[in-house]
Amino acid sequence: MNTKRASAVALALTLSFFAAGCRKKVGVPPPPAAPVAVAPVVKAPVKKPMVTFFTVEPSTIERGQAAVLKWEVTGAQSVSINQGLGTVTAAGNRSVFPSSSTSYTLTATNEGGTSTESVTVNVTAPAVVAPTVTPTPSDDFGSMVSKLIQDIYFDYDKSDVREDSRATLTKNADALKAIFSKFPNNTLTIEGHCDERGSAEYNLGLGDRRSTATKEFLAQLGVSADRLRTISYGKERPSCTESSEGCWSKNRRSHFVAQ
Amino acid sequence: MKKITLPLLVALASSAGFGQQGADIVGRIVGGQKAAIAIPDFRGAGKAANFVATFNQTLFRDIEDAGVFKMTPKSMYPLNIPQRPEDFRKPLQFDPTNRTRAPWLQDWSDPPVSSDYLAFGYTAEQDNQMVLFGWLFNVKQPEVSSAQVIGKIYQGSLDDAGARKVAHEFATDILKQFGVESLAGSKIYFVSNRSGSKEIWVMDYDGSNQKQFTFYKNLITMPNVSPDGTRLAFTSFAGGGPAIVIHSLETGRKIPFYNQRASMNATASFTPNGKQIIYSSTASGWAQLYMANADGSNLQRLTNTRSIEVEPKINPKTGNEILFVSGRGGAQQVYKMNIDGADVTRLTTGEGEASNPSWNPQGSHMAFAWTRGYSPGNWNLFIMDVATRDYVQLTQGAGRNENPSWAPDGRHIVISSNRGGSTQIWSMLADGTQLKQLTSAGVNEKPVWTK
Repeated sequence: MNTKRASAVALALTLSFFAAGCRKKVGVPPPPAAPVAVAPVVKAPVKKPMVTFFTVEPSTIERGQAAVLKWEVTGAQSVSINQGLGTVTAAGNRSVFPSSSTSYTLTATNEGGTSTESVTVNVTAPAVVAPTVTPTPSDDFGSMVSKLIQDIYFDYDKSDVREDSRATLTKNADALKAIFSKFPNNTLTIEGHCDERGSAEYNLGLGDRRSTATKEFLAQLGVSADRLRTISYGKERPSCTESSEGCWSKNRRSHFVAQ
Repeated sequence: MKKITLPLLVALASSAGFGQQGADIVGRIVGGQKAAIAIPDFRGAGKAANFVATFNQTLFRDIEDAGVFKMTPKSMYPLNIPQRPEDFRKPLQFDPTNRTRAPWLQDWSDPPVSSDYLAFGYTAEQDNQMVLFGWLFNVKQPEVSSAQVIGKIYQGSLDDAGARKVAHEFATDILKQFGVESLAGSKIYFVSNRSGSKEIWVMDYDGSNQKQFTFYKNLITMPNVSPDGTRLAFTSFAGGGPAIVIHSLETGRKIPFYNQRASMNATASFTPNGKQIIYSSTASGWAQLYMANADGSNLQRLTNTRSIEVEPKINPKTGNEILFVSGRGGAQQVYKMNIDGADVTRLTTGEGEASNPSWNPQGSHMAFAWTRGYSPGNWNLFIMDVATRDYVQLTQGAGRNENPSWAPDGRHIVISSNRGGSTQIWSMLADGTQLKQLTSAGVNEKPVWTK
């Protein structure tokens, strides 16, 4: 390597010497040495990954309902799904909540190439139309968020968005879209909270899941994800301090705070 | 998995960590056959007299807290208390009722004192310094010439701090004779809300000298100290979401640490050599375990699950096995894996919820909190032999008992408990006895006992 590099540098210097000589100019510093060529490494061809299956069920949903993507891929180094789902494991499933008909493309890659597979979820109009938001000119961002955006609640040690929370989040999404278009520079923080029973350390992770699941759900409904920030407070900031299920259920929440 | 009785656990503890002498001592603690010691009040000469009360209190407490001795009752002590070895005079005929003769060993070894050992001496002022002349005698010996175990001079400043210093040093020397590392000088870092927000505080092992250490005026929690006692890592909300912050304990200042881009970086702890840090991060989505250099560089991911994983703790002896808390099987449980992420084993049975694993200094046992047998949130303390998974329960439903951390002597633990109403820091012997409340102001939790 050293001798190769030295000879390449010598060659470059020699060339630059001749080049300078031709132009009859003195005092110009030599150009940088030519890059050292690296012989390409020849590897045995790798078969590109195989998508065993990539399905969605049901393929038609009402707005706000969930559809489940399922997939299995063999021989891939990386597997990803577009529409914000990002990198995923080689086999798995994921609930999605698209707000309008959406195609999902799974991309599996290895050194041998790329395989893709797509499915489409058809979204029909919701049975009940969410109330439209007509912000009055006097409202500021903070007061509109606190007036129109409702907390959602979770089951113990769970971070899945509950059936009743989906309706709330669908309303929140509509309101947020209206609020964000009125206030294009503001962002919203989604706080994840837990009740007092799990350990403080574990609850920090659980609160993070709750805020992230909430953000993902809103993003699926078309709320701009880059205006949603998440933070977990675990069980450090309870809204209610009694040791009873009535209180615990209020503390297991995603809370929305205007920035 | 079977439950084990405490003497067995302690026998295991001793075979794993203590020398022969130490094993005897641990055996004695549990069996109730402790060596008896007498510590009469020392007298102070000159200005040293002003601080001798502090000295006597500190010495007595250090020895008592160690838990290796039976403290003989002061009310039984003879009236004539020796201050120097020369004070002892062997009587021709020992008569315990003779009050006028000079002190003798049997005054202490015979009933009613029935002691094995006697600590005595005096404090004096010398060149404006406090000087302690301290002796430890084995009073079961027939002659003064063979009785002396310790005879040493200690020096400190002529004030209460100096009195505490010489008392701690004398107590340390006494305990060393019995293979016990003294806790004197050890510190407990903990989280307290008494300044208005949760911050890191520090106190002496006995609860004295409580001081605020961090001043972020924000949520600061989950402290851990490097094994050499020079650095403190904690989880801070001062920059927004939970992130890891490290401070030097020598200068008090913040040390740079690279937090990877994540909504949460938390629950950091140090490897035995202090060169690496393991922690939990949501960089990939779920809270997973990572290892990095002490400055946060050279990141390595250790776990890869779609579950919450926090509180990694590396075996302080081997530097290999990591204890951690994971929800990978459902409710949170304590697991063990190798430092490369291989050989994952669940240690707790799957019952209830488990958290807060803490290695003993010998790297053989873990103290942890578990709700086994109780409803969620009702934490009790347990100790488990990590190799056999045999365990013993230390608390039984008296409030919520969490966050155990071992003392450097491997025989005591410090915990947080709300047994008295509010959550406070308590210390205890690792068999659950000698429970002592160390804090009372505000809410205090997450203690870490360090050298």
